[in-house]
Amino acid sequence: MNFDLSEEQRLLQESLRRLLADRYGFTQRNAAMAAPEGWSRKIWRSYAELGLLGLPFEEADGGFGGGPVEAMLVAEALGEALTLEPWFTTVVLGGGFLRHGASEAQRRALVPQIAAGEALVAFAQMETQSRYSLSDVATEARRDGDGWVLEGRKRVVLHGDTADWVVVTARTSGARSDRAGIGVFLVPASAPGLLRQGYATVDGQRAAEVTLSGVRVGPDSVLGDPAEGLPLVERVVDEAIAALAAEAVGCMSALHALTLEYLKTRHQFGRAIGQFQVLQHRASDMMVALEQARSMAMYATMMLDEPTPERRSAMSAVKVQIGRSAKLIGQHAVQMHGGIGIATEYAAGHYFKRLAAIDTLFGNVDHHLETLAAEVSAVA
Amino acid sequence: MQRYIFREELQQTPAPQPVGFGTNMVGPILIAFGTEAQKRRFLPRIRNIDDWWCQGFSEPGAGSDLASLKTRAVREGEHYVVNGQKTWTTYAQHADWIFCLVRTDPEAKQQEGISFLLIDMRTPGITVRPIITIDGGHEVNEVFFDDVRVPVENLVGEENRGWDCAKLLLGHERTGAARVGVSKERLRRLKYVASQVEEGGRRLIDSPRIREKIAGIEVELKALEMTVLRVLAASKRAGESRNADPASSILKLRGSEIAQSITELMMEVAGPYALPALADPEMDGTNEPGLMEDWARTIAPVYFNWRKLSIFGGTNEIQRQIMSKAFMGL
Ligand SMILES: Cc1cc2nc3c(=O)[nH]c(=O)nc-3n(C[C@H](O)[C@H](O)[C@H](O)COP(=O)(O)OP(=O)(O)OC[C@H]3O[C@@H](n4cnc5c(N)ncnc54)[C@H](O)[C@@H]3O)c2cc1C
Repeated sequence: MNFDLSEEQRLLQESLRRLLADRYGFTQRNAAMAAPEGWSRKIWRSYAELGLLGLPFEEADGGFGGGPVEAMLVAEALGEALTLEPWFTTVVLGGGFLRHGASEAQRRALVPQIAAGEALVAFAQMETQSRYSLSDVATEARRDGDGWVLEGRKRVVLHGDTADWVVVTARTSGARSDRAGIGVFLVPASAPGLLRQGYATVDGQRAAEVTLSGVRVGPDSVLGDPAEGLPLVERVVDEAIAALAAEAVGCMSALHALTLEYLKTRHQFGRAIGQFQVLQHRASDMMVALEQARSMAMYATMMLDEPTPERRSAMSAVKVQIGRSAKLIGQHAVQMHGGIGIATEYAAGHYFKRLAAIDTLFGNVDHHLETLAAEVSAVA
Repeated sequence: MQRYIFREELQQTPAPQPVGFGTNMVGPILIAFGTEAQKRRFLPRIRNIDDWWCQGFSEPGAGSDLASLKTRAVREGEHYVVNGQKTWTTYAQHADWIFCLVRTDPEAKQQEGISFLLIDMRTPGITVRPIITIDGGHEVNEVFFDDVRVPVENLVGEENRGWDCAKLLLGHERTGAARVGVSKERLRRLKYVASQVEEGGRRLIDSPRIREKIAGIEVELKALEMTVLRVLAASKRAGESRNADPASSILKLRGSEIAQSITELMMEVAGPYALPALADPEMDGTNEPGLMEDWARTIAPVYFNWRKLSIFGGTNEIQRQIMSKAFMGL
């Protein structure tokens, strides 16, 4: 297997890391978080200039034709700097729906705007009763002439407060948990009847509650097959898991580095605390967890184009390992910092919180373990 | 035993508990080391909670290695003049008094040049700066002392013997660290939350995986509760001992770990519904119906905040160190 990066891939990650090192220090991040939108439009324009926003789209659609490895490299660097901008929601989630579900006309209309940093997309999937089940959709899409009327409530829509477009899953037929009968709709956030209530999330990012009351959309808002949208959703969610894995690896490696630095510089009992064996062993456990997570983030990129059952299982395995590593690294890092680890004026606690939040997205460790456990078969 | 039952009942309700710095910390120290005048002056007000106390031990450079503390107190006539800084001081923003470890003899061996001083928080020269924790709360502070004049009558015990007072705290009120009542209440809360959240049409409380995890924590907590009761029975027999006891480390370790494991399971159960960071209506004074279910509000903040349980009051690494050195001869 070849794990080496191409020259272009290395350059992409290096230039992003340089940009973030210059412009996204801890204080700059805090300033972005405190701004009304909770992130920085200015840095968003820089992402556009660097090509991050058009990264995964076909060149013919106005993108740069990047693949899973490029997405991984970008997500990892964004994770290292603990960035707050809606790259994941717009480019990975929104972009995923456009790439895999949109018609050429839909892509031609929206991809150039996204690539230029002029359009933001969010994904409204979760509902009060659904939790992680992607097929549990109570939001309804009723036929209305040649269009549709949407009715329902979506929960914790990441970056839903600033999105220009919202990708909504809604039931076009069948019972609440049927796999068939789920449609995916691309809805302008300004559509009458669409109400958004935005708020900060516990990791310092943003989300919104989205209520759809009689929202009318045209036939051109449908992404893919309105009767069979679930495979599309699963495909995009798997890409999202791969990107979250890479982001988490970025967070973990930065947090591990921060902790090592602290172990070398913090003195108690007349020596650097890194000389205490119990802390040395912890730091080693963190490194093991980090490398295991990194391996799984790479595995994710390799499995994205595999047939659906293999791809789905692989992403469950990825999410389990990422969640476990993130928990170990996050908790150890805080513990080894002592009091300063839970002070908001210091970066370690913020990494810890983001890692905890990542575990809750698109299935936590427990959810994916249950999926995998169901696949374990007896051996004669 | 009565104190234990009272506290556990409060914890399980859950009702606010009296802040412990008065009755559990400085009170017993005054009883053991204070002058008659100090006892008459402070103890009734401690019992009544007329005065709020805070604990000024830790400093930026002296956490686990408390004896390396640098805050200086220099005797000038009938006063000590105090200069330096304390940190992580819980509720300093509300406190009327702070009990401090200060260095009175910089030449002596570390633990021998330390004294125990009571300082009125309204004395000129004291500045309190908030430290906000990652859950967004304000419970800890930095406290700065700039030529703060403290009457010598506020010295507890002998000058340069303050470490004796500090040591008394190590062994005292050890059953409190187990937090059995708090954990019982949290477990009940966990079951409530798991009964609210569903996935695939099934409540999480009906998931065998979740039930097994809850049962596992309940076993640990029952064992801890029995250990606490053994400690209480033994101390009744022996009278309150002034020496540190391995029990205090065992209870602190298990108590903090069990409490933290409950917050982790709570996060696991709530999943993405724990993400919104919404202000607590009880704190911000509004009655507006929340955007999210009430149970979802505090889950992530408590998970974040309770990492402190294995850090304060002697970190869990230090507890293990104490056990292996002092009680097992390793
Ligand atoms: C929420 C909160 C409230 C607090 N309230 C108060 C208060 O009211 N009053 C007060 O005085 N203090 C208070 N503290 C301070 C608390 O007692 C200290 O945080 C604690 O003693 C650890 O010190 P430190 O934070 O400086 O960490 P450090 O001592 O720097 O420790 C950093 C890491 O090194 C490890 N370590 C250190 N020495 C050793 C060793 N010898 N062997 C192995 N590992 C070691 C520690 O376990 C930790 O993991 C509070 C702290 C917190 C977090």
